[in-house]
Amino acid sequence: MKNIYQINRLEQRYGRRCVLSIDSLDIHRGEILALVGPSGAGKSTLLRLLAMLEAPTAGHLAINLRQSYTYHDIPIEAKRQIAMVFQRPALLSRSVWANVAYGLKLRGQRTCEVQVEDMLKRLSIDHLTDAKPRTLSGGEMQRVSIARAMILQPEVLILDEPTSNLDPHNIRIIEHFLQDQHAEQGTTIVIVTHNIFQAKRLADRVGLIYDGHLIEVTDTQTFFENPHDERTAAFTGGHLIY
Amino acid sequence: MATIFEALREALLLILSGDPVVLAIVWRSLHVTTLALIISTLLGIPIGTWFALTNIPFKRILTAIIYTGMGLPPVVVGLVVYLLLSRQGPMGDLGWLFTIPAMVLAQTIIATPLIIGVTLSSVLSVDPALRPQLQALGATHWQTVVATLTEARFGIIVGLVAGFGSIISEVGAVMIVGGNIDGSTRVLTTAIVLETRRGNFDLALALGIILLGISFLTNFVLVMLQGRATIPR
Repeated sequence: MKNIYQINRLEQRYGRRCVLSIDSLDIHRGEILALVGPSGAGKSTLLRLLAMLEAPTAGHLAINLRQSYTYHDIPIEAKRQIAMVFQRPALLSRSVWANVAYGLKLRGQRTCEVQVEDMLKRLSIDHLTDAKPRTLSGGEMQRVSIARAMILQPEVLILDEPTSNLDPHNIRIIEHFLQDQHAEQGTTIVIVTHNIFQAKRLADRVGLIYDGHLIEVTDTQTFFENPHDERTAAFTGGHLIY
Repeated sequence: MATIFEALREALLLILSGDPVVLAIVWRSLHVTTLALIISTLLGIPIGTWFALTNIPFKRILTAIIYTGMGLPPVVVGLVVYLLLSRQGPMGDLGWLFTIPAMVLAQTIIATPLIIGVTLSSVLSVDPALRPQLQALGATHWQTVVATLTEARFGIIVGLVAGFGSIISEVGAVMIVGGNIDGSTRVLTTAIVLETRRGNFDLALALGIILLGISFLTNFVLVMLQGRATIPR
């Protein structure tokens, strides 16, 4: 199946407030989809729904793995094909090594030394193997967070502003790593970013979410050079929309 | 001052000679307190964790009630347990009054809210962003709970130490429900009260030193465990 996610008339409400309402969105298997938009537009809510961390209030959101699943019927084995990295890395108060190995241990893998060391090297944090999270910089913490997600070789990687507040050095390491992993493993990546240049650098397609609605989703070149919606044009043109 | 030093000398002699009466009292104290602590831990950690991780109505009021329970006056607990276990009481048929189970019950009632409260605050102090993050890495509900508890382990260990300390040094409740019966329900604290009243300061002091020693040893062991509680690679 070409699409890994299918969304129809999806709605998410918290109390009486509707924070997300998407008529239709298909996410292609193996693509990098960037979602941009102002704060509070509903991007992170959509990511949590894609990660099957919460149930939608209404509508249909299905992930097509070996078979199609929704929040209500997805088994833990299938759910483990999705990994999410949050904006603020919440690490366990254990060593970097233990953090990166955590997901593998959950899956019952006893020996993972080679995998962990390889992943630490790829993100240039192999010198921090025994370090505790409280001693790490923001960029190092986020790299640990990405390492512990990617070591699981998920079908889908969901990233919620993974490089916000990071310096260009850390951003470069993370972006290169994501591109390499995507090329090697064909992981579907959905990334929310406030940095439109990052979306341009990484994504195959870009979508604008505004006020809980998906305004436009199209290939990266069209999104930036010839958008259909005037709000997209304003957003990519550097105008403030909120 | 001379009396104190004399009593101290006598106390040390009593301890070192392994007096069978003293040993029996020590053993009984440890028996009652350890059993009460185990029951309180088995009740307190799951309840405190559930309470911290679940959204229930009136949570704030219930939390305030739990925190109030952390300071239950032992004498009042003793009185209530006495009334429950007395012949006319609802649990009178058990025949527990003036027995070890009554003392364990009273101490369990004192320690459980303490362990619930400390577990609750320790779990609440764990970064709330951690749970969704672990679930997003494929952790089941229970794996997330275990990881959260592991993160809260330092606070919980402190809670256990506090619970042990509060019940082994407690005198009011065990005196009321145990009756301080020689060879049966006499424990360190009740024996200290009795021997002081009798003027046997050397024995009272010896028991006091042992009580302090047990408290110190327990705290020391738990602090050592706390130090080792860091999870290796």
